[in-house]
Amino acid sequence: MKKIKARALSLLADGTVKRVLGWERGEDAFDCSPALFENEAEMERFVYGTCAGANLSKYCVKMGKAEGKTLVILKPCDTLSFRQLLHEHRVERDAFYIIGAGCTGMMDENGLLAKCAACKGKEFAVYDEIIDTEECRLPTGTEKRMEQVEKLENMTAQERFAFWQGELSRCIRCNACRNVCPACTCIKCVFDNPGSGVQSKAPVTDFEENMFHIIRAYHVAGRCTDCGECSRVCPQGIPLHLINRKLIKDMNELYGDYQAGLGDNERTPLTSFTKEDAEPGIIHERGNG
Amino acid sequence: MSVSNTGWTPKIVAFCCNWCSYAGADLAGSGRMQYPADVKIIRVPCSCRVNPLFILRAFERGADGVIICGCHPGDCHYTSGNYYARRRMTMLFSLLDYLGIERGRTRVEWVSAAEGAKFAKTMNEFVETVYTLGENRKLRDIRCRK
Amino acid sequence: MRKFAAEKLEQLLSGISMPVYAPVEDGGTVIYGRYEPGMRLRLDKLGTDRTPKEVLFPQWESLMHFKMEGKKIQLTEEERANEDYVLFGVRACDMQAIRVLDRVFLSDPVDTYYAARREHGTIVGLACDAPGKNCFCKNFGVDPAQPDADVVLWPAGDEYFCEAYTDKGHALLNGWDTLEADECAVTAIKEEIGKKYDALPFAHLNLNGFDGEHLMEKFESPQWKKLSMACLGCGSCTFSCPTCQCYDIRDYDTGNGIQRYRCWDSCMYSDFTLMAHGANRPTQLERYRQRFMHKLVYFPSRNEGMYSCVGCGRCIEKCPMNLHIVKVIRALGEGEKE
Repeated sequence: MKKIKARALSLLADGTVKRVLGWERGEDAFDCSPALFENEAEMERFVYGTCAGANLSKYCVKMGKAEGKTLVILKPCDTLSFRQLLHEHRVERDAFYIIGAGCTGMMDENGLLAKCAACKGKEFAVYDEIIDTEECRLPTGTEKRMEQVEKLENMTAQERFAFWQGELSRCIRCNACRNVCPACTCIKCVFDNPGSGVQSKAPVTDFEENMFHIIRAYHVAGRCTDCGECSRVCPQGIPLHLINRKLIKDMNELYGDYQAGLGDNERTPLTSFTKEDAEPGIIHERGNG
Repeated sequence: MSVSNTGWTPKIVAFCCNWCSYAGADLAGSGRMQYPADVKIIRVPCSCRVNPLFILRAFERGADGVIICGCHPGDCHYTSGNYYARRRMTMLFSLLDYLGIERGRTRVEWVSAAEGAKFAKTMNEFVETVYTLGENRKLRDIRCRK
Repeated sequence: MRKFAAEKLEQLLSGISMPVYAPVEDGGTVIYGRYEPGMRLRLDKLGTDRTPKEVLFPQWESLMHFKMEGKKIQLTEEERANEDYVLFGVRACDMQAIRVLDRVFLSDPVDTYYAARREHGTIVGLACDAPGKNCFCKNFGVDPAQPDADVVLWPAGDEYFCEAYTDKGHALLNGWDTLEADECAVTAIKEEIGKKYDALPFAHLNLNGFDGEHLMEKFESPQWKKLSMACLGCGSCTFSCPTCQCYDIRDYDTGNGIQRYRCWDSCMYSDFTLMAHGANRPTQLERYRQRFMHKLVYFPSRNEGMYSCVGCGRCIEKCPMNLHIVKVIRALGEGEKE
C-alpha cells in the first residue's frame, strides 16, 4: 500500500496523471470507498488493502471522459473487466495510467469475499506497471468455480425452479447488480426506459423477478469476466453470479474456452459463430430435464 | 392433437423468418397440410431479429411454448443471421432450462420455403410436446390472466 | 409493568388469533414476515434485511383495475386492509420510522391504503438490549430502550418485561398470561442499554446546522461532489431504509385491462420524477444530495425538527460502496462543532 501510494503521489506530482482513482479509508478496517484524489492533501486518506473489494473498472467509463490522464488502481481480476471495456471501446487506453496492484484476497466483515474464493489468478490483463507487494496467498479457485453450477444442473427442473424462486423472490429490484456491473454500460438500460414496455421499478410478480435477472445475465453473456461484483453487492444475498457462470460454462463447453477480457479478439462467443456450431436441441440432451 | 375434456389448448408463439420459414408456413397452408390453430405466427425479417425479450414477453402474456424458425444454416438471406441466432437461442434456452423452465417449451427449427410438410410436422410435434407439459405456470405474469 | 418467561414467548405468539408479522428468516435474510408456530424468530437481528415498513407500506400494492366493456370503462378499486394484525418485535428506530411515515401518509390528504393498515395493526416494540456498532439512533432523538409502540418488551435474560401504552396494547397484553413485575428492574435495564449505546462509534454525531436555517449552505457545499463520486445510483439504501417513502404509480397492461399499482421508487434512480422536459436531477450528485438533504434538512425543516433518518444503520451495512449517512453528517457537519 505504501509503495502504491508513493508511486501515485509521484505520478501526480510530475503531472503524468491528473487524478487518482483509488480507495479512501473509512470508519474501520473493512470500510473503504472508491474515491478520486486530485492532490497530495487528498491522498492523505488513500488506502489500499483487503477492504478494496470493489472493481474500479466501472468508474473508468465515466472517468475516461475527464480531461487528462487518470491513474487507476486495478487488481488482477479488475484488469479483465477493464480490458473487456477496451475491446468494446467504452474506455480509451490513453486516458488511463494503470497500476496493477497485487491482491491477497479481499475481505469483508464475514471473511474472504465469495468472489475471491474462486480467484482467477494473479495475472494482469492490462497495466502500465505492476506493484505486487505481496505474494498472493490464495490458491486460484478456477477448478472449483463451476461446482455449484454443476450441482444445480444435476437437479431436476422442478428443483432448480424451486431453488431460483427461493433466491429471486428476495430481489428488491434495487438494481445494484446492474449498476455495479462493469459490463453493463448501456447509457439507458431497457429497464429504465419508459418506451421499452418492460420498464419496472418493483418485482411485482415472480415473472418480473425472473425477467430482470434473465435479461441482466444474458445481456452480458460473453462479456462477463466473472468478476463477481453482482453477488457481492446484492443486499439480499442472492447468488447472481451463478446465472452468469452458467452462461460462461455453456459457452466454454459449446464454443470453446473463452475468458472475457483476455486475448485480442474483440469478438465474444455470442458475436461470432462457426458453421459447425451445435444445434440448439443440444440442451435437450444434457443433464436433467 | 387431441383435445382433452378440459378444453385447454396450448398457446404457441412461432417466430418465423420472412424468407424461409414464413414461406414454409405459407406452403403448408396452400398444400392444405394440417397443423393446430393454436400456433400464432409472428413474422420477423430474420431469426436473428428475435430479441430474447420477445420470447420472455410471449411467455409473460401467456404463451405456453415458443418456437423460432429460420432458414437452414448456410441459407440465411442475410448470409449469417441464423448462425448468430443459433448461438443466441442455444444460450437463452439453456439458461431458461437452468432456471427450471421446462425445456420442451422452447425450440428452434430450421424450415426452408420448400418445406411445407416439415413446417406442419414440426408444429404438430411441438404442440404435442407442450400439450403434454400442460399450462405454462412458471414463466408468466399472473396479472395477465383473465 | 408485567413480565413473562422468555421460553413462553413463542407460545404467546402462537396464541394470538390475529396474523402476526415478526422477524423471521427468509433464505439467509431476516424479514418481517408472517409468523407461524414453529418458525424461528430472529429477535437478535438488528437492522433486519427488510424493514417493518413493508407491513404498512408494501413494496408494491394494487390500487385499482380498469376494464373496457364495450365503450364503457369499468373501474374497480382495490379494497383497503380490513384485518387486524400484530406487528411484533419492532425496534425503537423502526418505530420512529413508522412515526415518520405517519407524518407523510396520515397528514392531509390521508393515504387511505396506509391508514387502513396502520389502524388495524397493533405494534409490539422490542428494546435493544445490545445496540450494534452501526447504531446511531439517539442522535435523532430515539431511545433504543423505549420504542414508541403499543406494547414494549424488554428482554432480560430468561424473561421479558412488558408494558402496554395504548388501548390496542392493553387489549393485546390482557390476553397474555403475565406476572406482576417491578418497575425498578426495567429502569436498570434501560440504564444498561444507555451505557452500551454510549460506547458505540457513531453514538454521538454532531448534527449542528442540519436544519432549515442552513439549507442553502448545505445544499451548495462543495463536499457533495466527493461524497457522491462512488455512488452507483442503485436503490440499496432507499429500499432498505425504514423511512424512505417515495413511490411511483404505474399502469400495467394485462392484455384484458389495466392494473394501476404503486411501487417504491428511489431518488437514486435516473428516472425518478422524470418529466417531459427530462430529469430534474441530471447527475448522480444531485440525486445523492437529494436523498441526504431530504433526510437531514428538508424533512426536519417542515416537520418541527423531526429527522427522517432514525439511525438504524442499514445503509451502512447495505451500501455496496460503503457510502452512508454517517459519512455525510461528518463531512458536512465539519467546522460547526461546538
